[in-house]
Amino acid sequence: MSAPSMYLFVFFGIFSALLLITGIYCMLVSFNLIRIIIGFEILVKAATLLIISAGYACGKSALAQVMVITLIVIEIVVMVVAGGVALWAFRHNDNIDPRELGNLKG
Amino acid sequence: MLINLILLFALVLAALWTVTTPRLIRAIVGLAITSAILSVIMYQLSSPLAAVFELSVCSGLISVIFVVTISFTRRVSKEELLVRRKQKIIKYWYLPVILIAAGLLLNHYLLANLNSSVLPAQEGDVRNLIWNSRHLDLFGQAVILLVGALGVVVLFKEPKK
Amino acid sequence: MLSLFILAPLFLLFVLNLPLKPVNKACFWLAGVLLSAQILMALGHALCPWSLYPDKLGLFFVFNLVMDNLTLVMLLVIGIVSLVALFVGKSTIILEEQRFNFVSLVLACVIGMNAVVLVRDIFSLYIFIEITSIASFVLIALKKDKLAIEGTFKYLIMSAVATVFMLCAMAFLLLAAGDLSFAAVHSAFYNPANAGLLKCGAGLFLCGLLIKSGVAPFHGWVPDAYSSAPAGVSILLAGITTKVAGVYVLLRLFGSVFILNAQFQNILLFAGAFSIVMAALAALTQDDFKRMLAYSSISQVGYIILALGCGTPLAFAGAIFHFFNHAIFKSLLFVNAASLEKEFGSTNMNTLAGLGNKSPVTGFTSLIGALSTAGIPPFSGFWSKLIIILALFSAGRFVYGGIALLASILTLAYFLAFQRRVFFGKTESTLSSAGTSWALRFWEIALALITAASGAVFVLVHNNWVLPLKAIFW
Repeated sequence: MSAPSMYLFVFFGIFSALLLITGIYCMLVSFNLIRIIIGFEILVKAATLLIISAGYACGKSALAQVMVITLIVIEIVVMVVAGGVALWAFRHNDNIDPRELGNLKG
Repeated sequence: MLINLILLFALVLAALWTVTTPRLIRAIVGLAITSAILSVIMYQLSSPLAAVFELSVCSGLISVIFVVTISFTRRVSKEELLVRRKQKIIKYWYLPVILIAAGLLLNHYLLANLNSSVLPAQEGDVRNLIWNSRHLDLFGQAVILLVGALGVVVLFKEPKK
Repeated sequence: MLSLFILAPLFLLFVLNLPLKPVNKACFWLAGVLLSAQILMALGHALCPWSLYPDKLGLFFVFNLVMDNLTLVMLLVIGIVSLVALFVGKSTIILEEQRFNFVSLVLACVIGMNAVVLVRDIFSLYIFIEITSIASFVLIALKKDKLAIEGTFKYLIMSAVATVFMLCAMAFLLLAAGDLSFAAVHSAFYNPANAGLLKCGAGLFLCGLLIKSGVAPFHGWVPDAYSSAPAGVSILLAGITTKVAGVYVLLRLFGSVFILNAQFQNILLFAGAFSIVMAALAALTQDDFKRMLAYSSISQVGYIILALGCGTPLAFAGAIFHFFNHAIFKSLLFVNAASLEKEFGSTNMNTLAGLGNKSPVTGFTSLIGALSTAGIPPFSGFWSKLIIILALFSAGRFVYGGIALLASILTLAYFLAFQRRVFFGKTESTLSSAGTSWALRFWEIALALITAASGAVFVLVHNNWVLPLKAIFW
């Protein structure tokens, strides 16, 4: 691994780590199922940034782009399913507060 | 590098705003902005196709899905819901349009200006790679869309009462 | 030929979704024939290695699928467990619409799992893991009652976080290896310049996969998802889906792609031993049969992880044999749970008592399943645990070997407590049997026969199936 590539990857990696922390914070503290899904979206953004910068740094941005395009398609399907599940949680509990999801205990 | 640094800071700030803003609808706008900034960074890193995809799908389509889900999960009567949904569509119709237009403009501008880099030369072309040597990924995408359709059939059906 | 394993279920899925009345009515039987064909192909592979025939479909698709002994065992298990789940679903799901969606989603799961065990590229692996997971999210939420939605959401979020870990790991591996095929990543491990990047990548992958496999510190979603799912779906989930998406990938990547260094071995050994003991203790305190089985499942996954952490070819072969056995006897026990639920309307152990006279087949087969899980000699569970414990002792891991040995007693304890409460003792007259299903009894007996027979002819199984697995471990 050449030094400039490594430098670039670390440079983008720091910001990706910041995004990861933001997303996990959002998933942990929020009291709304939709916000938990938003937190997941931010996590995926962090992973996307990391993959694109890795692909650029090692000169394989074509492969990285293929990965990111596929990843976006998969992310959308996961999101739609998560939205449907949140919708049913709302229909059962009349709100979307995750604290209502306490009927099953770990 | 300086422009990248500014963009990355903007990205993290947008994400922070998304997380901290109290109103849900603003959080979704924040997510769309985060996505848009990320797609500009992708252009900078010579990944134009993925960037267009990110901009149109992640900031356009996902915002729409979120808005629809939120409008479903409100404690309001059916008629009010319909009116509100209509209002929301009228109020925010321009967001996806602007984002997609911005994506196309950026594509045009950046593809013309992106030429030199100190890093190893980029090898391979996305279109060649995805259509000629990664059939399994394409196949997987087709299957996952099918599974998503089944999920919509199961989960989004109105309950019979 | 290999591409048939993923193209045939997809073709059937398309055909089933065409608006043809007779096809829609026969959907269970068509899917059943397909899965039986998969079992026969996996079993008959030694006699007629059909994967050697040229892949005619390969002229159109570049899939790069590879068959080896590990894949063969996995295809067999996927076939058996999905077949059982399909027919248990047939006799427990009543609404016509749900029945049809159930078959379609099981087929989607089978496509995903078959592809996961056949691909040789980390990114394709990720895509098909996601297909399997998304299909199982929808399956758990199939009945859309309150508990099922709750279980689905927990599973979905944990799985999504695990996915993000795996994606970040892939960025590290891409930078170090330049490509994500197994061969490229494996050869990158021999280049000392990339050691740090590869260690980060493998470590992140390990985090993601431990969450996906439901190993002890990250096990919260497992009992919720298994116990809230419909009966047929919990067989599929506990027996194969979460195991292929988590445990198989762990075995494949850390057994033959990444280099298993001492740090990773220690993490795996600790995670395995911790989940064996913790989950067995938690299972003792459960009142619901399905939740108890879910904790038992976490505990058995602990044995597989422990064996992988041991890092010798013998332990690796033992881990895969235990994977096979676990799939069979855990499916058997979940079929028993489905049978109790159908017959008496509940799986709560406080309301069920003294059913030995009322449902003798369920009682007897669940005893076989329990003895096999606990590792009592004639059954197959004994042999796989024996291999794992012997491998641990011969590698000098005496403490972990001792933990694995003693935890078997705990396993026996919670299963015997269950048997005593539910099947032995005096019958309560308040419980009325709602009539039992012969289909469920048939599958109970079939699975009990498989676990008893593979224990009885262990020498044959050992020579033909277990020994060749040693060669997979690099």
